[in-house]
Amino acid sequence: MAGGHAHDAHDDHGDGPEVLSVSDKNPRVRTIQVKRPTPAESSYLAATAKGLGVTLKHFVKNTFSRRKNTYIETIEYPEQKFEYPERFRGLHRLMHRDDGAVRCVACMCCPTVCPAHCITIVPAQTDDNGIEKYPATFEIDELRCVVCGLCVEACPCDAIRMDTGIHAKPVEERHEAIMTKDLLLELGARSTAVQGGEGADWRGKK
Amino acid sequence: MDIVYAILDNAALKWAVLVLIMVMPLASLLTWAERRQSAMMQDRLGPNRANLGPLKIWGILHFIADAVKMIAKEDFIPGSVHRGLFALAPILALAPVLVAFAIIPFGPTVYPHVMGDVLNTYQLASGPVGDAAQQAAWAATYDDSIRAQVFQIEFGLIFYFAILTLANYGGTIAGWASYNKWALLGGLRSSSQMMSYEVSMGLSLMGMFLIWGTLEPGAMVQLQGSEPWKWGVVLWPFVPLGLVAFILFFTAAIAETKRAPFDIPEGEPEIIGYFVEYSGIRWGMFFLAEFIEIVFISAVITTVFFGGYQVPFLDPDGFRFLGDWVTVNGQQVHLGGYYLPVPHGAVVALQFGAFAIKVVLLCWLQLLIRWTLPRFRADQLMNLGWKVLLPSSLGLIMVAALAKLVSFL
Repeated sequence: MAGGHAHDAHDDHGDGPEVLSVSDKNPRVRTIQVKRPTPAESSYLAATAKGLGVTLKHFVKNTFSRRKNTYIETIEYPEQKFEYPERFRGLHRLMHRDDGAVRCVACMCCPTVCPAHCITIVPAQTDDNGIEKYPATFEIDELRCVVCGLCVEACPCDAIRMDTGIHAKPVEERHEAIMTKDLLLELGARSTAVQGGEGADWRGKK
Repeated sequence: MDIVYAILDNAALKWAVLVLIMVMPLASLLTWAERRQSAMMQDRLGPNRANLGPLKIWGILHFIADAVKMIAKEDFIPGSVHRGLFALAPILALAPVLVAFAIIPFGPTVYPHVMGDVLNTYQLASGPVGDAAQQAAWAATYDDSIRAQVFQIEFGLIFYFAILTLANYGGTIAGWASYNKWALLGGLRSSSQMMSYEVSMGLSLMGMFLIWGTLEPGAMVQLQGSEPWKWGVVLWPFVPLGLVAFILFFTAAIAETKRAPFDIPEGEPEIIGYFVEYSGIRWGMFFLAEFIEIVFISAVITTVFFGGYQVPFLDPDGFRFLGDWVTVNGQQVHLGGYYLPVPHGAVVALQFGAFAIKVVLLCWLQLLIRWTLPRFRADQLMNLGWKVLLPSSLGLIMVAALAKLVSFL
């Protein structure tokens, strides 16, 4: 119990009760001065008055001063909105090519990485041999989405983003919460990212 | 004309006007005020949304929304309850507090024939004297009078203690009839708490009864008079008698309303309370009874300790500072001094307003206490009631008796 004794030694110099005497046989046995509340303290009259003073101060300041001078920090939601940080992840959107077609090449990276399995892609072949595939169906179930943003990280061609800043809307039927490809494209915009990156010698280009 | 005033002086009509038009709206408003005030004390906003189009007034209309909600809600009655008692309990809780208001003087006696004139207090007190014509004139002026007090009786405050004891049955019967262990526990706690605190509640006022020699609230208000240093709470016969009696009575009375810090019968964290099986408007009646009780206690404290409807320095005939008390025909009349005459109608209006302001401030104080102090444990509650409040009240009676004796010597 060496550690215990060291702790006791520390106690002697701390803010604990005043030690009147320490036993010779065992240093852990000692007489201390116990502080009992006085009758005035245990009647709680002074403590009650003090507490009422605190609540009264808050009441008066919150009730009678201008809103910005009060302690109240409530945001009255439908009228006022919290300003989100720039990197806030909102609803998904699908980006466009220069010609307005979907940028997604149906590589299946996002449904693979998605921990909530909320992305459903049905790939289809295109005539463009440089791209080979496009998503015939692209659906995101916003009820299952955990808003982790891994799909955006995984996307190799800047097709999916979560930078709309829009919340998932409350719905009455579950199927209404599924975002179809049309909806996702509607939120999207033209992406200027270079398809396929900047090429193999991107280090040399810098 | 006399018949009109006789009808206006009718007890049932006065009760309807004073209680249903003045007290009930105040109690309903308190349901909103409690939530809004607690929000203000806790740095929140509270209910501020209910409105009638552009009429928003800080969300006061929430009390109407609440009432509509409670009336429209399903009144669910569990299968095993005792139906008769289950239906009776909320009425038993609500009715006594409404009846008890009968003894409260809401304002001064109104003499309808002299509303525009300054009241001649000397003439009024001396009664019909002189020849027949003078007596007839006196009777024509002062015989019609309307007291703003429903029930004037010598045992006034004893009536209040007796009636409010009946409210005890509301909680206890609700707990019993609900056929629910939590409700039964709540009902038992409620009855034990009410019984413990009724004792010290009655005894803490006994000192004031001794000093004034009356139990009638209207007479108490008149004895306190318009000078604030004669009001009950500042009575100081070599000890702060009024202040101590006020603190003791206020504590016991808050316990009587069964609200925090004395909300053992409800005990939300553990047993939910004697009305756990109640819903809809039946629960609303318990809720309303609680708030009417708050208003009632404020009214009693105003009457006994804060001069009732008296406005500082406002006598029935106008503002007066440092006048002389003259005994006329057995009544104390305040005359002379620095005097500013005020018409009777204005005095009546000011005194009704003063009573309302005092009651509202005391309601506010009760809400402040309810949202500040943490609740007691059941054993602490009993300790406070029987070991602190009861001996203090008994001691106070002796001190008051001694003070009375010394003042006579």
